[in-house]
Amino acid sequence: MGDIVLETRGLTKHYGGVHALEEANFTLHAGEHVAVVGDNGAGKSTFVRQVTAVEQRTAGQILFDGREVHFAGPLEAREAGIETVFQTLALADDLDVPSNLFLGREILKLRLGPFSILDRRAMRARTLEALATTAVKIPSVDNPIRNMSGGQRQCVAIARTAAFASKLVIMDEPTAALGVQETAQVEQIIRGLKARGVPLILISHNLRQVFDLVDRIVVFRRGRIVASLRRDETDGNDIVSYITGVKGTEGAHA
Amino acid sequence: MAQSAQGLGGLTYDASKKARPPELNVFLALVLIVAAFEAIGRLLIGDSFLFNTRDNVDTLFNQQRLQIIILQVAIVGIIAIGVTQVIITGGIDLSSGSVVGATAMVAMSFAQTALVNGQPNPKAIFGPGFMDLPVIVPVVVGLACGLVAGLVNGALIAYTRIPPFIATLGMMVFARGFSRWWSNGNPISFPTESYAAIGRGMMPVVIFVALAVLFHCVMTYTRYGKHCYAIGSNEAAARMSGIDVTHHKVLVYTLAAMLAALAAIVLSSKNLTAQAGMGVMYELDAIAMAVIGGVSLSGGRGSILGTVLGALIFGVIISGFTFLKLDAYYQEMVKGVIIVAAVVLDQWRQRSRLQG
Repeated sequence: MGDIVLETRGLTKHYGGVHALEEANFTLHAGEHVAVVGDNGAGKSTFVRQVTAVEQRTAGQILFDGREVHFAGPLEAREAGIETVFQTLALADDLDVPSNLFLGREILKLRLGPFSILDRRAMRARTLEALATTAVKIPSVDNPIRNMSGGQRQCVAIARTAAFASKLVIMDEPTAALGVQETAQVEQIIRGLKARGVPLILISHNLRQVFDLVDRIVVFRRGRIVASLRRDETDGNDIVSYITGVKGTEGAHA
Repeated sequence: MAQSAQGLGGLTYDASKKARPPELNVFLALVLIVAAFEAIGRLLIGDSFLFNTRDNVDTLFNQQRLQIIILQVAIVGIIAIGVTQVIITGGIDLSSGSVVGATAMVAMSFAQTALVNGQPNPKAIFGPGFMDLPVIVPVVVGLACGLVAGLVNGALIAYTRIPPFIATLGMMVFARGFSRWWSNGNPISFPTESYAAIGRGMMPVVIFVALAVLFHCVMTYTRYGKHCYAIGSNEAAARMSGIDVTHHKVLVYTLAAMLAALAAIVLSSKNLTAQAGMGVMYELDAIAMAVIGGVSLSGGRGSILGTVLGALIFGVIISGFTFLKLDAYYQEMVKGVIIVAAVVLDQWRQRSRLQG
């Protein structure tokens, strides 16, 4: 494996007396796709919230892109190159697809402070480009996204992430609420990221999906990382044993 | 390519769902209302609402009536342009009518002429040093009043996060009190010739239309407009996307109050006087114009064009009632019904969208 993109050392998060995340040591290499699995409350989402700075960690270090980082919030994490698809969609329903893709980072024709003129044609062209590279097909990008299905909206959210992804993409259960066809489309986007060499952390409950998509599987249980297994060294039963605690009661280094 | 076959793996998108632009519905409503007045007028009083019926005038339409329709909504329409932007961001501004009152008083104080018919100005507020000032002075002072009121509104809403309803309600009461205090309730009159020219004749319409075109472009083609819709649509998402929601809100409320101040300058110029009670209820008329024009009170949807059409509906109804020689009290009652009906329609539209 190549260079390390993300590393956490002893990452810990306590909510009062609840130890949601304990001493998580995690490493992600360039171009690597890693799944994070575990039961509800195992610490998966907590782990992501610390890395993306949605919450501030109790203890531990995060190294991103070769240096230690202390993001003040998710915006700083995004500016550093970590794009995240959260479980709750961060889309504006009344805007069309290009406006959503470029929300907060519009392409401008003429800089006039807040009244800068938008380059709508360029944004539309780059949206079509982004949808093409991520294999998302939406017949009309010019309609407000409120008229779209849940799956199509999720695809827009993921396309936004994938289009701007430079260094790392994190997806928190991207297919949880989707139908079969829509799930297939999201998985297609993930394969596209792999082909482009963009590293990914995928939180998922769907083991079939996990084995289809990623290089390595990291298992969380009761706030600890209990296993880190290459896909070809393990199988579904093995992973379930770790998730349920039949195997691996002592901590592991991911 | 067949519409239904688009999308990967059978993911379909019903292009026929593409909504009709809501402005079209508003325009159709406007046409219907005009037609209704035309029909009722011909049936009941034997006169045409829209068309010219006088023999000595050689025009197709009753131009006088058309001018009055636009003229009587132009000044509130200027306020409605700002109110539209506020509502699109998901807010509300109840202070605009009072800002009109306060601004009219202050601006007019700096627009007075020294001599009226050879006598000293009987309504003088300031000493001779502040008489016969160039017209730019009252205009700048007036706009500054709006600037201050808007900054206070915006800062209260964006920084203390109190609901816009409360913040602007406070400004509404405060600014009305201020306009009474300014001259102890006395009217301020006799402006300079150049100040009186601002609102003369059809000037209010010219100003209204120019501002409508300007802000239509601002809302459609600039980052400011895009962010207005984004914040009204999903404020949390806007924040997560890196939009500076706090500063944006201050800017929106400031622009709205400055537009109200501009309306005050035009109105006091047109009336050649300023009174403490000026602009009472204008905020509600402006909100009503926006709502009738399809601006959603829940934010995210609407347009300046819609508000202009809403203003025209407003003007047609008022003129229509005068044309039918109905009592002015009916106007108020019907206005109330129309406002509620517009909001109910908006709710229905949203519910039918949610149900897909």
